[in-house]
Amino acid sequence: MMPGRPPQQGSIVSSYGGGRADRQPANLGDILERVLDKGIVIAGDIRVNLLDIELLTIKLRLLIVSVETAKELGIDWWEHDPWLSGRQRELEEENRRLRTRLEALEEGEPSRRELRAPRQEPEGEQEGEPAPGRRADRRDRD
Amino acid sequence: MTETGTYLYAIAKGPGEGSAEGLTEGLTGVAGEPVRTVTHEGLVGVVGTVPLAEFGEETLRRNLEDLGWLEAAARAHHRVVDAVARRATTAPVRLVTVYRGDAQVHDLLERGGAAFAETLDMVTGRQEWGVKVYADPQAAAAPARSRPATTAAGGRSGAAYLERRRTGLRTREEAWRRAAAHAEHVDRTLSALAVARRMHRPQDPQLSGRSEWMVLNAAYLVDEERGGEFAAAAGALTAPRIEVELTGPWAPYSFTAVESGGPDAEGPW
Repeated sequence: MMPGRPPQQGSIVSSYGGGRADRQPANLGDILERVLDKGIVIAGDIRVNLLDIELLTIKLRLLIVSVETAKELGIDWWEHDPWLSGRQRELEEENRRLRTRLEALEEGEPSRRELRAPRQEPEGEQEGEPAPGRRADRRDRD
Repeated sequence: MTETGTYLYAIAKGPGEGSAEGLTEGLTGVAGEPVRTVTHEGLVGVVGTVPLAEFGEETLRRNLEDLGWLEAAARAHHRVVDAVARRATTAPVRLVTVYRGDAQVHDLLERGGAAFAETLDMVTGRQEWGVKVYADPQAAAAPARSRPATTAAGGRSGAAYLERRRTGLRTREEAWRRAAAHAEHVDRTLSALAVARRMHRPQDPQLSGRSEWMVLNAAYLVDEERGGEFAAAAGALTAPRIEVELTGPWAPYSFTAVESGGPDAEGPW
């Protein structure tokens, strides 16, 4: 069916002469993305495989489009650049809203357990953010 | 006594007449075992006997976490699939599909026969080609250097810094847009020569081994007799600072996705 090319790795001399494209031997990434994610998917008798492979496939996907790639492609702009996404502003806005609410609550009723000010607000952290972990810590120490 | 299972590599179209054994002659599999066939009517299961000590549920779970093991298994699996695909129309089966014995594989071929035959018909006389397009990020201006973060302060960053950063991003964005546009052109041109096309996710540099932007990662199903034309066309699509990489021909991995028997699927098997 596939004439001309021996199956071994590294011997990518094709019988097709014309192209200038850089024809590479099958690398591990190419093979993994095919043997794990493509082809006929059947549940074998070793049932647990399937789940494991789903997990593995997800891991592979994460590896294929990893944070590094995203960064390389510039799609983390939203993370760092307030101009491009307004995310920072959103946070500030949320901060302001929460602080206002906190003040209102402090004036009105003493209970402010529900409140969770964003982490970045240094003042907010002192009182307004009783994170579950920290509460637990305190209990432990007590 | 060692417990064994039957590892299924692929399902192939049987030769019209005579024995299917020639399909797997001389091949060794993931456990170094001789590869053989299980046949039912026109279908051939390409199988090997593997020790459950290595391919049983418990060990397999551990082994799959071991990248060294995974690589060896993936390459061995691929070697078998690849070799069989050169000899017959073949639909690869996903890595580490293991049955208790040959009888179960036979049963699978019997019950899934119609679906498998249909899949195999679709890829008969066709090959998969992989095409990746890389763009050289050096073509873009160096990204603006990030300063120590002053995130809590937010708007306090200097206007000059922001302007610099925006310019850098614009240039980079522009380079990315150009590369993506070329990738689209490549895809359109090659799709016209192909019977079908599947997009794959761009690979991480850890997998691709290259630091360039991967702006296209696609697979094309191409009639065998157009393979030369396709390869030549791919070659001609290389542009300044943009590289078109061709891999293949592959067994039609990307075009035989019979999704049957997933954890939630209600298949006949």
